[in-house]
This record gives sequence, C-alpha cells and structure tokens, in this order.
Amino acid sequence: MDLRRTEVQEAVRDGVGRFLAKASSPERVRAAEPLGWDRAVWDGLAAMAVPAMGVSSELGGQGAVLADLAVVAGEAGAHLAPAPVVEAMVAARLLAGHPDVGGEWLGHLVDGTGPVTIALRPPREGRLTLVPGGAVADAVVALDGDELVIVAAATDADRVAPANLASAPLADIDLGQGAWDRRIVLAVGGRANRAMAAALDEWRSLTAAWLVGLARAAFGIGVRYVKDRHQFGVPIGSFQAVQHRLADLATTLDGAELLADKAVWALDQGDEASSLPAMALSFCGETAQHVTSAALHLHGGYGFMEEYDIQLYFRRAKAARLVLGDPRRELRHLADRLFGPVEG
Amino acid sequence: MDFSLPAEVEDFRAEVRTFLAEHVTAEVIERAHATGTFHDWGLHRKIAAKGWLAAGWPEEYGGQGRSPLEMNALSEEMYLSGAPVDGVGVAGLVAHTLLLAGTDWQKRTIVPRILSGDAMCCLGYSEPDAGSDVAACATRAVRDGDEWVVDGQKMFTTLAHEAHYVFLLTRTNLDVPKHKGLTMFVVPMDTAGIEVTPVHTVGGERTNITFYTDVRVEDRYRVGEVDGGWAVMMTALVFERNSAWYGECVRLLDHAVAWAGEGRDDRGRRIIDDPSVRERLARASIGNEVSNLLGWKAAWMASEGTLPGVEGTMAKLFTTEHYQRAADDLIDLCGPEGLRRHGEDGAAADGWIEAAYRHCQVTTIYGGTSEICRGIIAERGLGLPRAR
Ligand SMILES: Cc1cc2nc3c(=O)[nH]c(=O)nc-3n(C[C@H](O)[C@H](O)[C@H](O)COP(=O)(O)OP(=O)(O)OC[C@H]3O[C@@H](n4cnc5c(N)ncnc54)[C@H](O)[C@@H]3O)c2cc1C
Repeated sequence: MDLRRTEVQEAVRDGVGRFLAKASSPERVRAAEPLGWDRAVWDGLAAMAVPAMGVSSELGGQGAVLADLAVVAGEAGAHLAPAPVVEAMVAARLLAGHPDVGGEWLGHLVDGTGPVTIALRPPREGRLTLVPGGAVADAVVALDGDELVIVAAATDADRVAPANLASAPLADIDLGQGAWDRRIVLAVGGRANRAMAAALDEWRSLTAAWLVGLARAAFGIGVRYVKDRHQFGVPIGSFQAVQHRLADLATTLDGAELLADKAVWALDQGDEASSLPAMALSFCGETAQHVTSAALHLHGGYGFMEEYDIQLYFRRAKAARLVLGDPRRELRHLADRLFGPVEG
Repeated sequence: MDFSLPAEVEDFRAEVRTFLAEHVTAEVIERAHATGTFHDWGLHRKIAAKGWLAAGWPEEYGGQGRSPLEMNALSEEMYLSGAPVDGVGVAGLVAHTLLLAGTDWQKRTIVPRILSGDAMCCLGYSEPDAGSDVAACATRAVRDGDEWVVDGQKMFTTLAHEAHYVFLLTRTNLDVPKHKGLTMFVVPMDTAGIEVTPVHTVGGERTNITFYTDVRVEDRYRVGEVDGGWAVMMTALVFERNSAWYGECVRLLDHAVAWAGEGRDDRGRRIIDDPSVRERLARASIGNEVSNLLGWKAAWMASEGTLPGVEGTMAKLFTTEHYQRAADDLIDLCGPEGLRRHGEDGAAADGWIEAAYRHCQVTTIYGGTSEICRGIIAERGLGLPRAR
C-alpha cells in the first residue's frame, strides 16, 4: 500500500499545473465561453504530448499508465481547462487498440493537430447527441450498432453546438450526412463492444479524477472565502453551521479522491470487470456537485454573481457526469456489475 | 499509488480470518445479541492467547511488532466476522496506555493480567454532566495519605459488569482550568464502594451507570501525574480508532443483498431485480467502499509514521453517517417484513437489518459525536477559526 504519487506524476502535475494556471486562468476560461474551447490551451497541452500520453511509445505516445493520465485530468479539472482533455486521452488509447485502421487518427493526436473525441452514447436514428468535445473535435469515435467507427468532420457546418449549463464544447452530430460520412470501421461485434466498454470505464475513471480536481479547487476557494469574509464582527468561518458543512465536504472529498485513485489503479492492474470506475464517477460527481453548490452558497449573494469565479466551477461540476446519462441509471449500471444482470 | 496490501498483511489477515471462522460461531453471535454484552470470555481468552491484544506493541514489551496496516486488518476482520469484541478494544486501549504512561508496578502486575485475557477493563469517562465536554468531569478524588477517596457517578460505563478494572477519570483540583485539574486511575472493580447499575439501550446493547461512594484507592493505581489526567486521555484516544463500523456496514449490506436475491415480489420476480432496490444497494456499496478507503488511509499514514488525527476522525465521521443512511435505506427496501425482529418467523434477513437499524444510531454518538468530529476537522484540518 502506498498512497503517494510517483516522482514522474508529481513532475507531470507540476508541469501541467503551471501551464494551466496561466493559460487557463479564470479570465481565459471566461473568454473561452460559451463554446468552452481555447486553441492555445490545446496547443500547449499537445506540446507537452498530453493527448497521446497514454499510448505506447511504439505508437508515438509516452507509455503512461492511467494513474499518470489521472494526474493530468485532475489538473485540467482544477483549472477548468477549455479543451476536451479526458476525451482525447481516452480516444487515443481506444485508437491505439486498432492501429492498423485507426493509425491515421492516432497520428492526429500524437501530433496534437486537434482533438479527437468519443461519443459516450450510441447514435439514435443516425444522430449523436451532446458529444463531449464534439463541438471542436476533428473526429469522433462511436459505437454504431455493432460497429466501432471513427467519423471525421470536414467542416463545422454539420454539427450543432448548443448553449449549455457548463459552457462545454458539446455537440449534436448527424452521422452519415455531409462531412460526417467519412467513416472508418475500427472493430465489429464483440470486439467493438468490449473496446467501447473498456473506453467508457477509462472515461469514467478519468472524469472522476477531473471532478476531484475541480472540487478541490472549488473547495479551496470556499474555505478561503469563509476565512476572509466577516459578518457580525467575526469571520463567517467561525460559525459552526458553516464549519460543519465544510467538514463534511472535506471528508467526502478525501473519500472521492481515494475512490478515483483506486479506480484508475484497478484498471492499470488489468481488472476489466472492476466496479470501481462506475463507483468513482458516481461518488465523485455527487461530491463535486455538493462541494461546488456549498462553496457558491457560502459566498452569499456574491456567489450568485457571474463576476465571482465559483459559478464557473458550479456549472461544470454537474455537467461532467450528466453527459453520460441520469446518475441513477448509472447506479443501476453499477448494480449490474456488483450483483449480476436483472433476470429474464 | 498502490492499493494492494503487502503480502505479510494479507497473510496475517488470512490467519485471523481462519481463526475467527473457527471460533466466532453462530452461538457466540447469538449470545451477544441476546445479552447485549459485546464481550465473550471464551473468545476473548482465545484472542488473548494468540497474543492479539498487544499485537501492535514492540516485541520487547511482549507484543508482536505488528504494523498499523496489520492492526487495521486484524480489527477489520474481527468486525467483519461479527465477533463481539468490544472488550478486546477496551483491553488493548487500557493496556497500551499503561505501557506508555503507567508505573513499573502497573506494567508488571496489571498489564500482564489484561494481556493474558485474565482481566478486563471498562472506561469511566462520561458523567451525567460531562459527555462531549469530558473535561467537565466532576467525580472527585481527594488525597488522604497514601490513598485517594473517590466520590461520584459515571454514565455509560459499558462492560463494567464484566470488568476487573475501570479506567477512571477524576477531578483532583478545583482551582485550575478544567483540563488541568484531572487525574486518571485504573481502579479494581472489586474495591469497596463501587456499584454497577444496568442501562438498557435502543440498540439492545447493555451499558451501565457506575456509582463511586467513599471509594478508597491506593496511590499506586494512579496513572500519570496528579492533575495530568488530560494528557493520559489524549494518549488513550490515539488507540480508540478502529474499523468497527466498516465491518458492520459490510454485514448490513450482505444481509440486504442476500435477502433481496432470494426474495420474490407478488409477481414472482426477484426483489433484487427491482430498479429502486438495485439503486439503493449500489449506493450502499459505494459508501462502504469509501468508508473502507478512508479507514485504510488513516492506517497507512500511521504506518508511515504520521499521526492521522484528522484522517481518523474523517473515517469515523463518514463511516457512521453512511451506516445510518444505509440502514435507513436498506430496512425500507425490505418493506414491512423489515420490521420483524431477529428470531421472528418471516423476518427479512432474519431481523439483522432491523437490529442494525437500531444499533447504528449510537455510532454517531459515542467515540466522539459527529458534531465533535466535524469541529476537529474544521479547526485542525481546515484551519478555520475557533467555533462560536
Ligand atoms: C451505548 C453507549 C456506550 C457508551 N460507552 C461508554 C463507555 O464505555 N465509557 C464512557 O466513558 N462513555 C461511554 N459512552 C458515552 C459517550 O461517550 C457519550 O454519550 C458521548 O460522548 C456524548 O456525550 P453525551 O451523551 O453526554 O451527549 P452530549 O455531549 O450532551 O451531546 C448531546 C448533543 O449535543 C451535541 N453537542 C455537544 N457538544 C457540542 C458542540 N461543542 N458543538 C455542537 N454540538 C455539540 C452532541 O453532538 C449531541 O448531538 C457510551 C454511550 C453510549 C450511548
């Protein structure tokens, strides 16, 4: 048992964190709204070889394990980086599983040319909805029926990027229409399904790490605020009602962090049947929602003002998990893992 | 990061599990449930014979030199087995505190009796007017030559009816701030003037009120300095954390899963196939996993030489609060059959969920209430100003 990060991970955290502190400052995050995309952030991360970091060196990556990627995800969450970092890292590993056909697009991520993303849900009537990163990706991997495919975007004309709660680069995409008909089949049948299931568990775990990073940052803002803000002649952080709420959140946050870390560890150990990724996404998503809404609340009316940063965290915390589906449905998915499928 | 336990910890855990599977019989569990006394002399002495009451001590003091990770595995396995081991915890706590703060005489005479399983202890801290504010202790000890005369009353002296010694917090000085006028004793329970009255609880566990009237205690039973009782308390608190509640949460969920997997609804479908049942079971599973991780984090920090004061408090707070939410959810999913008590025909999960639902209410009260835990986390963990 060892709960320390490796030296390499500390170095990655430091490097990515320093870069994002500047490139993804609250002002930059605001400037990137409403689309949630900042080319300079992507380019900087690409220069650090982030997108294909989790791919073997033979295929042009760094051979990093998921626990390393989780550190990047955590920093991206903490700084609300306006770029689909988790999705690109997951897509790269998915493509690396099919290098003969997916090699060209993998090269796209290795070179950092632009994002490639994954659709978390299959298309309905030929249409993918609310694909994370879909508004800015050059291609999207999706499970279409029995086929795992990657479809390319030639222009931005064939996708709709709706305004949304999180100012995230979500998009609805019509497959097989206009620019999106350039499709490559990566795998079919059981292989396709297994590859997508594995990618989704990686996405769950890394998104959990992203949410923990976001929640820690928001929690820090909340704690600083209650130490500074005075009412009734004392810091509001000396009121027990305020303290106890924060103490509960500090506790769940520690638990969420451990759970996210254990989820990536389990996947790195090759435990494909693990229920931890689903647990981690569920618990970290809920924790991030609670933390950000409490931190907003403890700012009083100022937390409700656009001008204060806490709202940036609050809006993003909810969306990261909801793009996959109703959280209670996700609990039933977890139940399938834990207790076996429903009979009959 | 590595979440796997070292081989020696897993080996020790396996040894403990095998031992418990043999000795924690259904009869032992039933007896504890029926009497409300979570101490079993037969089992206690077998655990003592294994050397596990002092397993965490250095070998030179008669221990086994086990690491904090091994100790966490030991405690976890004991509670996962359902063993009535409250006495094991108290005995270890008192003996360990005597090892650190006791006199040579106490180490030579009292400690070996405790470690052999011959003698048992109880904790006499709480009083009618001193609960969370334990330093408000009013039980008086007045010096009289080589003796002390003790007068007062202690509440919730659990296991006093089985114990040979009470670890007794007293007031010896009225002229100083409350924390500075306390003195600790380890008093033989057969000393004249001690009276034990049973207290029955919602959870079924028995505890006691203990009365002390003109109790004459020789000075050699004093632990630590005169007026230095608070420091002894702080030493003892370090040993109070364990994984009791995590084990209980796992047993609760196991009962619910087994019951829901076997039971059928009116239309013949398995209860566990109902989506709302699945959601509740999944949610409880997440809480158990988080409880487990928080407990192991504290143990790991201790194994790295850090005192996990805040982290241990977090584990206690989270696990017990989760335990109550889970018990509330899981008794609901049994429907009306969840109301039947253990031993009644048709009781869901043989009534064990109903029993847990009652028992878990106390877990956020003793060992530091949730409010006290939150105060510790807020002030020591988050650095917030002293609460108003
Ligand atoms: C079954 C059982 C077994 C026990 N076994 C033992 C034992 O063996 N030995 C022993 O010495 N004691 C034992 N106790 C006592 C236990 O430690 C106390 O009950 C506990 O410390 C709380 O004290 P109290 O009951 O006086 O409640 P109080 O301290 O009066 O608390 C009442 C309520 O007020 C809240 N409160 C108190 N102070 C604050 C504060 N500063 N801020 C916010 N809220 C606050 C509490 O959280 C609680 O909700 C046992 C209790 C039970 C029920």
